[in-house]
Amino acid sequence: MATDTAVLHDNKVDWSGGEKKPFKASYGKLMMWYFLLSDAFTFSGFLIAYGTLRISMPAWPVPDFVFQTVPFFGTGYPLYFVTFMTFVLLFSSYTMVRAVQEGARENKNGVVAWMFLTVIGGLGFLGCQAWEWTELIGHENMSVTRNTFGTHTQNGFYLDENGNIDKSEPVIAGESYLIHKADFAAGHDHDHGDAHGDDAHGADAHGAHSYDAPGHYKEAYVDEQGFIHRKFKVTEGEMAGVMVRGLDGVESQPYEEFGPKAFGALFFFITGFHGTHVLSGVVFLLVIMLNVMTGLYVKRKNGYEMVEKIGLYWHFVDLVWVFVFLVFYLI
Amino acid sequence: MGHLSYEESKAKALKIILILAAITFGEVIFALLGKGYLIEGFKFPLILVAGVMILMSIVKAYLIVYEFMHMKYEVPGMVKSVLLPVFLLLWGVIAFFSEGNYWKGNRAKSVNAAKTKIEMKEKAGMQGSLYREADTLTKNI
Repeated sequence: MATDTAVLHDNKVDWSGGEKKPFKASYGKLMMWYFLLSDAFTFSGFLIAYGTLRISMPAWPVPDFVFQTVPFFGTGYPLYFVTFMTFVLLFSSYTMVRAVQEGARENKNGVVAWMFLTVIGGLGFLGCQAWEWTELIGHENMSVTRNTFGTHTQNGFYLDENGNIDKSEPVIAGESYLIHKADFAAGHDHDHGDAHGDDAHGADAHGAHSYDAPGHYKEAYVDEQGFIHRKFKVTEGEMAGVMVRGLDGVESQPYEEFGPKAFGALFFFITGFHGTHVLSGVVFLLVIMLNVMTGLYVKRKNGYEMVEKIGLYWHFVDLVWVFVFLVFYLI
Repeated sequence: MGHLSYEESKAKALKIILILAAITFGEVIFALLGKGYLIEGFKFPLILVAGVMILMSIVKAYLIVYEFMHMKYEVPGMVKSVLLPVFLLLWGVIAFFSEGNYWKGNRAKSVNAAKTKIEMKEKAGMQGSLYREADTLTKNI
């Protein structure tokens, strides 16, 4: 790294900021703080945009419904998996603190060991996030412009195969649903696998029925792309018994609509931007860990300040996750 | 570390991480309880759930910045130069959230306008309802 060579070759022109240090902090540490401040504003911009759009919508996908799948355990566990992810990142923050402490007392092997654990934590977190994205994109057909998670705004009941209301399947305002996709080619419903059991997402009524072409069925409307919009009848409020007419001009009972588009875009951009920070953090951790192993920082005799700087960055990534966790999953 | 010995700072780090873990655990439990997942038919109002979550997150942020990032041991000028700009965001939150609320009101107005149109058409004897028209206004944004 440029800073290393500067220190080794010339003591007068280096990157330490000279004798007079503003705020009694080294150049590198101070600049890391101001970089983190600017990064905090970037993340805040994203999160405030999320809050603004969420507030402006009449209905928003319920996080406990969207994020309720756990690897190997299936569905129906709201927040469990993301809590696990949070703990992984939190404890990697602890191992980072320990690495910095070992650095302060010039214990090279201690620094390497604790940094290695931090890298493992960071990679573990990224792995969890990759799984979560795969689940959303691969199995639940989410994309940046399509949100398969909608939320009911009316009360009523779903329709059965004969087009009559099914009293065992109420439609409740404020509850979310997932729009499944039919597999035209296979001639039967797309198999959603055990990870997303149909029961939990309230979509088992069409289980016996196979959709091989788009169009209107008694219990669902299947669009051109094969998404199965289940039909229901509104039984309460001023919208009771209302009929709808889609762009195809067919009048029918109301059916499940896609949720607000902004949800997918915001989710993938914000968690993706955070994930990119974690990834670059892991890369920097590895580079600095290798430098520690070669004994580079021993020569500097500044208590492994480089480890301290990457530590600041790593804690910041954890700090951002506290707020991503808050707005996307908890509220 | 600053003024603490190695042993002291080691113990301190362990203490802080345990507090952070406890708060996170508490947050999740409170969120699930407040939204009615733990006890059948028992819920807190959303504003209380959200308020407690935000408070707990701010406590977590304080612990991370002050203890893990050693802000506690920096000189006051530096602490201010980093933390004071963050308070500008408070206005960002207030301004944008009230704007979001205004959009919501506008959407409701559009829906009401569409409903009135539907009623007028129905009175004029048109077949079927045009609920879809209102629905499009609220959802496909």
